Amino acid sequence: MTKTNKLVWKIGGEAGYGIMSTGLMFAKACLRGNLHIFDYTEYPSLIRGGHNSYTVRVEDKEIHSQIQITNILAALNKETIDLHLHQLTKNGVLLYDNDESPVDKTKLRKDISYLHIPLSKIVRDIQGERVMRNNVLLGASFAVVSYDFAIVEHIIKDFFKSKGDAVINHNIALAKAGYDYITTNYKEVIKQFPNKLKKVEENKEHIFLTGNEACSLGALAAGCKFVSIYPMTPISGILSLMEHYEQRFSIVVKQPEDEISAVNMAIGAWHAGVRALTATSGGGFCLMTEGLGLAAMTETPLVVINGMRGGPSTGLPTWTEQGDLQFILHASHGEFPRIVIAPGDVDDAYNLMIDAFNLAEKYQLVVIVLTDKHLNESHKSLKKFSFETIRIERGKFLTDEQLKELAVSKQEYKRYAFVDDGVSSRVMPGQEHGLFIASSDEHNESGFFYEDADNRKKMMHKRFKKIETAMKDIPQPKLVGEKDAELTFISFGSTKGAIFEAMHFLADKKIKANFLQIKYLDPFPTESVINIIKNAKNVVCVECNYTGQLAALIKEKTGIEIKHNLRKYDGRPFFPEEINDYVMNNKRFI
Amino acid sequence: MKQKIESQIKTFEKNTKPSLHVITLNDLSTSAKINWCPGCGDYGILMALKNAVIELGIPQHELFLVSGIGCSSKTPYWTKLYGFNGLHGRALPFATGLKLANHKLTIIVVGGDGDGYAEGGNHFMHSCRRNIDMTYIVYNNQVYGLTTGQVSPTSEKNFKTKATPDPVIEEPVNPVALAIASGATFVARGFAGDVAHLRELIIQGVKHKGFAFIDVLQPCVTFNHLNTYDYFKKRVYKLEKEKFDFSNKTKAFEKAQECGDKIPIGVFYKEERITYEEQVPALAKQVLVKQPIDTKSKMEKIIKDFM
Repeated sequence: MTKTNKLVWKIGGEAGYGIMSTGLMFAKACLRGNLHIFDYTEYPSLIRGGHNSYTVRVEDKEIHSQIQITNILAALNKETIDLHLHQLTKNGVLLYDNDESPVDKTKLRKDISYLHIPLSKIVRDIQGERVMRNNVLLGASFAVVSYDFAIVEHIIKDFFKSKGDAVINHNIALAKAGYDYITTNYKEVIKQFPNKLKKVEENKEHIFLTGNEACSLGALAAGCKFVSIYPMTPISGILSLMEHYEQRFSIVVKQPEDEISAVNMAIGAWHAGVRALTATSGGGFCLMTEGLGLAAMTETPLVVINGMRGGPSTGLPTWTEQGDLQFILHASHGEFPRIVIAPGDVDDAYNLMIDAFNLAEKYQLVVIVLTDKHLNESHKSLKKFSFETIRIERGKFLTDEQLKELAVSKQEYKRYAFVDDGVSSRVMPGQEHGLFIASSDEHNESGFFYEDADNRKKMMHKRFKKIETAMKDIPQPKLVGEKDAELTFISFGSTKGAIFEAMHFLADKKIKANFLQIKYLDPFPTESVINIIKNAKNVVCVECNYTGQLAALIKEKTGIEIKHNLRKYDGRPFFPEEINDYVMNNKRFI
Repeated sequence: MKQKIESQIKTFEKNTKPSLHVITLNDLSTSAKINWCPGCGDYGILMALKNAVIELGIPQHELFLVSGIGCSSKTPYWTKLYGFNGLHGRALPFATGLKLANHKLTIIVVGGDGDGYAEGGNHFMHSCRRNIDMTYIVYNNQVYGLTTGQVSPTSEKNFKTKATPDPVIEEPVNPVALAIASGATFVARGFAGDVAHLRELIIQGVKHKGFAFIDVLQPCVTFNHLNTYDYFKKRVYKLEKEKFDFSNKTKAFEKAQECGDKIPIGVFYKEERITYEEQVPALAKQVLVKQPIDTKSKMEKIIKDFM
């Protein structure tokens, strides 16, 4: 049975041999055919020598997650075959160079096709270098699925456009050689291979981006003008992208000496009245925690992205985990209100970043956006974002005229005035008649340090009142999926995609499921979550950590202990199949 | 490229030229009561700072005083300017973000030796090389005051205190040498017991375009009974009196090693170098904080990169 526009393709090889760029080119070539993509990369914390793989899943409808199987495996080395051959589906194709990575003829799988392609020889013949074998495999891969080579050619042109015609033509020649080799030598295999790719004619204006890119776009759209980021996997992509757009958006991007400096620079910029962003991962976030308290005490808005990876310590630098939730909820000493937001996919990431900036500034609060490597670095295609109405809410500022009026009437501007909603007006330093001091010490309404017991109580009330005021702007979570479901999944962050895919699978098996994604983890939507859990038949909490940090949070806030917990802590994201298996193996659910 | 930078400098200079304004000592006073110990060297530094502000004539609302944590870091409470009393050791990165967001502000950062050379040592080094236009004054009393008398990174070898009775077995940090080596473009040392001289150094530091660093010898009358007023008065001498050539980096570094029986004060090193903010394209025309948030058309353009 032919399955047009339904494919999983994987390329693997040694780090440093262009696996990532080939994967991206493959994905982009599919995007140009108006197809939908989700990609997933695995790589070690090394520059050269480790094993890299890049998986691209293609369909003609939106895709939310990677899956475990693959239809084509393009192997640049033997290790790729050893590690991934078992993932090839029946009728799958292995593309490999038997001269360099010979397979054991006695142990061949009968249900797949072994397509030898002399990568090194082809590269030599076209005066290419060894690192260009990936382009030959790119062409060869598209030949297997009978995709239009003209589209591939376009993508190569786009990719190498800064390098001149000679490089472009050389790379096209290599890909074409791979394409032709397969077309000429394996006519029958191509004919039999069920998974074809074909351009969809209607242009749907899809975009294709990672969580890092979506977060960056959200920040740029929200008017973020200052970025201070110390590089760290998996958020370094944000630093690169912001620098890429630095001049076009007239923003300032600074790579400081450490994360302590990064967060304090961001606080300095916010204090001046500029929207600022810093981002890091767990280890760097540890260093930033002191800064969170400073922002909270001085009531300076702050937006921080924490991209989670496997911990503790250096942990699994290039792998995913959701192990920082409880840390983020409590990070920094003392008590202060904060907002913690966890986008589940790129669409969430873009939109919630805009919300993060508005909430931070309107309510003068610390906002932490919690992502993970899987979201940060996986590409997903989706409908283009709309920029028609980008909501910018900057909150209370006094104008020069208002400050002058105060001065004329001999009234003092009180930066930390006790007001009903807790949110006192800011000025932008440099404004005349607006002089004030901000202090990390407990202070009075004017900002002077003041340790009086009554004042302390009032200031605690003032700061916590802001989060109460902010609640009206924070949406309640909603159930997605069937109403009278047998199963209710609860999760946060990037597990969303695998749960969506699993729900499709379960629907095919006539198992009704729905899904509660908690995007705002602090302030926690206690009432909504209680109502949803109480009306659910079976609740399964899905999270990528060992101790069940979301389940613990739910128990803390609602008093309800979730009995069914699916957890994963091996550095890999959830695959929908794992959720399916968990459900299908539990008699209670089926 | 050169022309572009020159025009950026011109625009910058036009934007940052201070307007003359008469400020009195009274204008600079706040309602808060000063709580330093009687006789503390900090009083002399505060007086020099206020007098420098008066002399500079920069309107108060264009001046921003940033501090960390420690006795000296209380200065913003007692100086009526925009002020921020932040975290121990973190005044410089805060000030950096502030300056890049609004480079029209004249920023003075103050703090102690524990703040700047221990907790904030990394930020100090990088601020020197970064050359952002701001003035950093360190009240260096060679002891921890606010935590009641422990040794500091500038305490002399074998120095002991009641709180830390073991003698120091490390060599002290040499702040002037460290600043020169790290690439600061204005490096000076003052003495809290010579207010008029220190005032001049602060004026020069603020007027200097770039990162100006002033280490100030400050007696702590409560916890440091070694480095007293008398101790310094016997030892300090002024570099300008011997017409010291502060344009020579090697000589400046050599001079910085002199800190025994004779302690030089004054300007050790000065160099004209393009500032960090002058090289940031986004700041060429307008301060960042005044640039409108208008992203729609730009977003429409860049989204094509993702298609």
